[in-house]
Order: sequence, then C-alpha cells, then structure tokens
Amino acid sequence: MAADSQAGGRRQGAASWWYDPKIRAIAFQVAFVLALIGLGVYLVHNTLINLEKRNIKTGFDFLFNPAGFEIPLTLIPYSVEAGSTHGAVFIVGLLNTLLISAMGIVLATILGFILGVLRLSNNWLVSRLVGVYIEAVRNVPLLLQFLFWHFAVFQSLPLVRRAIPIFDTVYIHNRGLTIPKPIPQPGFMLVVASVFIAVATIIYLKKWARRRQDATGEQFPVFWVSLGVLIGVPLLVSAAAGFPLTWEYAELGRFRFTGGLEIQIELFSTLAALTVYTSSFVAEIVRAGILAVSKGQQEASYSLGVRPAPTLRLVIIPQALRVIVPPLVSQYLNLTKNSSLGIAIGYPDLFNVFGGISLNQSGQAIEIVAMCMVVYLTFSLLISLYMNWYNRRISLVER
Amino acid sequence: MSEPIIRIEGMNKWFGQFHVLRDIDLTVNRAERIVICGPSGSGKSTLIRCINRLEEHQKGTIVVEGIELTGDLKQIDNVRREVGMVFQQFNLFPHLTVLENCTLAPIWVRRTPRAEAEELAMEYLTRVKIPEQALKYPGQLSGGQQQRVAIARSLCMRPKIMLFDEPTSALDPEMIKEVLDVMVELAETEMTMLVVTHEMGFARQVAHRVIFMDEGQIVEQNEPEEFFYNPKSDRTKLFLSQILSH
Repeated sequence: MAADSQAGGRRQGAASWWYDPKIRAIAFQVAFVLALIGLGVYLVHNTLINLEKRNIKTGFDFLFNPAGFEIPLTLIPYSVEAGSTHGAVFIVGLLNTLLISAMGIVLATILGFILGVLRLSNNWLVSRLVGVYIEAVRNVPLLLQFLFWHFAVFQSLPLVRRAIPIFDTVYIHNRGLTIPKPIPQPGFMLVVASVFIAVATIIYLKKWARRRQDATGEQFPVFWVSLGVLIGVPLLVSAAAGFPLTWEYAELGRFRFTGGLEIQIELFSTLAALTVYTSSFVAEIVRAGILAVSKGQQEASYSLGVRPAPTLRLVIIPQALRVIVPPLVSQYLNLTKNSSLGIAIGYPDLFNVFGGISLNQSGQAIEIVAMCMVVYLTFSLLISLYMNWYNRRISLVER
Repeated sequence: MSEPIIRIEGMNKWFGQFHVLRDIDLTVNRAERIVICGPSGSGKSTLIRCINRLEEHQKGTIVVEGIELTGDLKQIDNVRREVGMVFQQFNLFPHLTVLENCTLAPIWVRRTPRAEAEELAMEYLTRVKIPEQALKYPGQLSGGQQQRVAIARSLCMRPKIMLFDEPTSALDPEMIKEVLDVMVELAETEMTMLVVTHEMGFARQVAHRVIFMDEGQIVEQNEPEEFFYNPKSDRTKLFLSQILSH
C-alpha cells in the first residue's frame, strides 16, 4: 500500500542515532543516574560543611548520654534518677509504638469485620447507619479525630477526685483509668507455663481431630474444646497453686490515687482514634471481600447439602480472604505509621519521645530522623515480605 | 405404581411484585427424566431451584422423597442431600483441586473417611472421563471438563434426583457434546433427572416427558415425539418454530 511504502521510506531516510529507541533509553538513564549522584554528593557535602560550621558532632554517641525527661508510659524500667539514656528512650518509644499498633490492629480488625458484615445486612436501617458511620469516619482527617477523642471525649470525663467507680476497683476519670495492680506471687510462673501447655495441647488436638476425621469420618468440635482447654487448664493450675496473683487496689486520696495502676488517658485517645478510623477502611475491605465471592459458590455448596456454617468456613471465607488479606495488611501498616500522630495529644510513641524530645535535647537531627525512618521502613518491609509470601501461598492456580 | 419422588401442588412464587411461578402442579416419578424448556424468563430455572430450596416458594406444597419443604432447616438439609444440582456456570470451588471439590461434601456432610471419599470421587471422575485431572485446579480445565467435574461432584453425594440448570448454555459448541454424552450415560443408570435445556436432540433421545413453560406456567407437557411433532398450544408451536428454524 501507499502508506506502508511511505512509512518504510521515511524510516530508511532518517536513520539518525538519536531516533534509535535503544540508544535513547540508555542515554536518558545515564543522564538520570549522573544527575542523581550529583545531587547526592551536593547534599552530603553541604550537610557536612553546615554541621562543621555549627560545631555539631555527628555519630551515635548521644544514645549513651542520660536523657533528662520523664516518660508517662514505659514498658521497660526507665527513670531519670537512674540516668536512663537516649538509647533507653528509643526502646521505650519503639515499644509504645508497637503496643498501640498491636492493640489498634486487633480492635480495628474486630470492629471492622463486624461493621463490614453489618453493612451487607438486609436490614435497611442497619446497613444505612453503618454506611453513614463509614463515610463520616473515613472522610474526616485523622488528626482531627485524634483531637476530637482527646479533648471532646476523654478529657471531659470527671476529675480524678470525682472519678466514676466501677465495683470500687476500677475508676474512670479524665486522666485515665485506674485499675488494681497485679502482683505475682511465687508459683505464678506455673500459671504462665500452663498457658503455653494449653496452646500446645490445642495444636496437638487440631492435628489429632483431623487425622481421626480422615480415618473414620467422625467430626470433633475442635473450637469449643480448644476454648475450654485455653480457659480451663490455666484456671485449674492457678487454683492448684492457690491463686498466686494478688491485686493491689487503688485508694482515692484527696486529689489522686495511691497504689493501683494508672493507664494514661493519651493511650485511650490514641487507641480510639486509630481504631475507629482504621475500622472504617477494614469494613469496606471486608465488604468487598465477601461480595467478591459469587453467589453461585454458596448455592453450589448448599446444593451439595453442606450447611451454612461449614459453607462459610470451607467455601466462602477461604475465597474472601484472598481478596481481604492484602489490603487489610496495608491498613495495618497505615495504622502503625498513623500512630505517630499521637504526638498531637501527647502519646509517648517513638516519634514523640525520641523524634521529638530526644532530638530537641541532643540536637542530633540527622541520626534521630534516620533511626525513626529506619524503624518505620523496617515495619513496612516486614509487612510487605509477609504479604508477598501470603499472596504466593494462596493465589489461585490457573493454567 | 410407587409413590412419586417429587410432588408439587398449587405452587406459587413471587420475586417482590413479580409473579414468577403461577399454580405449578407437577409430579415426577422415580427414574423419570424430564426436560423443561421455554423462553427466557418463563420461570423454568426458578422451578427447579425451588425443588432443592435455593429459592423459597410462597404458596402451595413441594414434597421431595416424602419430605415436605417448609421453613424447617433440618428438612431442607435432608432434601439437599438427596438432590444434586448442576449449574450453568459450573460453580466449582476454585480454591480446591478437582478431587477436593468432589470429596468436600461426602467428608463434611456424609462423614465419609477421606480415603473412602477419594476412592468414590475417582470412581465418578472416571465415569465422566477425567480421572487424570483429579489433582488440577478448576481454573486449569476447559469449560466442558469443568462441567463434567461438577456432575461428578454432585454424584459423589449419591443423590436420588439430579437437577440440571442449563448445563450446556455456557459452553463452546464442541464441548456441549462431551457434557451431553455424560448426561446420556447418567440417564442409562435410572437416575431421576430434571433438565432445563434447549438441546432438543438431547430431549428427544433421553426424556420421558418434555415440559414447556411460559410466563410462570406449565403450558404443555407431553412425550417428546408428541411434543415436537404435534404440539397442542399456539405458544408451543411458536416457540418450537423459533428454536428449530435453524
């Protein structure tokens, strides 16, 4: 054809090297890498000169210097008097971040699954109400929600001296929750050990029940028996050891409690904000996952005589999880990163105590910011490694 | 003559305002093979889906194997164990292998030991001529192979009645034959079969009775020869002229 010959002629005519896609691609890449290296060299050079001008010493020695500030929530022994260091602050902050993330993930998952299922309810009112909740919560900035929970909800609780008592053991007030303090007595390790024994028993039980079903066809109520073992064994051991855990009850003095254990209000505010916000996303993910399994799967299972509960467990959930888990894990990751917003209301997470106060005191901005970044990056990479592994494991085999 | 295996009397069903089945009366005898045809939207799929309670009827009675279908969940379970169903879209479980698809219900419903269930599954997979695919996943099979697995999966529950809801409508022409062949062989085992299909050749060869439905009613039913060559109602004549014209 005419068009073909014309195109061919042009290709032969203008055979400049610049129009060769291969050479072009290489040239662009070389130029980009050179620019990148140049920028890097400039930044490092500039930083070093500036640090020198300001007499700031680089390096990680500051981690061994004492940090002169208190932290309201510490999972490891930490005190200013004992000369705890910035290194200890790092560990405390890291553990606080992990603590709030772990609790937030568990609660957001439970709440999200319930909401996701309710959103699919045939009841018009229920599904609409949940829909409104999800849309409202998803679309209000998270920082605003932190402030809402902290200042509008928890700080408007009664003052400590007018704390709301629950059975005279637990007290709710605007600084937090005061609960009895558990004091382990000798023999408590036995109870802890019995929990592990119970878990091991359950794992064995599950295998045994499966083997027995394969061999004889008999089914075994694994879930209920496991629940019984998990609660019963530690309870029995604890009774046999004479209940080796005593409680120190809090006493309300004139202005504050003596004894007991006080859980800071910041923990609740942070937890509420993270849980509520993330649960709305989890709910949408769960809804999508369930809808992604076609109605025909359920009908096929029913038509084989399989009842609704085993249909859900053997047919629907395994397929829904394929759709649910990858985005769910990325919500977990978001929640972990979002916990750094706790700085706004004073929750002592890594970014607050280490990235904030330690940085101000030591002035080691580059080191501290780098360490924080490495921590959050490590979380992300671990979670994505897990996700890739999971995806490979469950992906459908086709062709 | 023994008690009919399915008895439907004065059955009505609505989808919201839409009256989808009107005063259906139908008796099916043991080992009887019935083909149900009719234009789309005439309620033929809904009719057979009522027999294993995938759809709920609002009026009238349905008795299957002496068990009346009411809201009673236990009764529904008992009926579903006796009634197998094959769907237009196969509906195999994509996360399980062909063998696991076939053994799921025997293991969890009939409480069959695994080894025995697998043996049974292999027997039926051999009957539908795909024993060599047992360890593959449904996604790795052709449409015709998948539909044959679906038939084997239903048969593993040893049902007394088999329902087929347009089993060949989602298949390429060349695969229709392999599925129909399996169904013809099944017919030779004295299985009670209700088949919704437009495969008129199959109807002639296998059916004892052909039922024509339109607008939720059974318009005409007869033996295949009579039905095809001497239809009574004008609606049936029109329908036949349209599907047999090419």
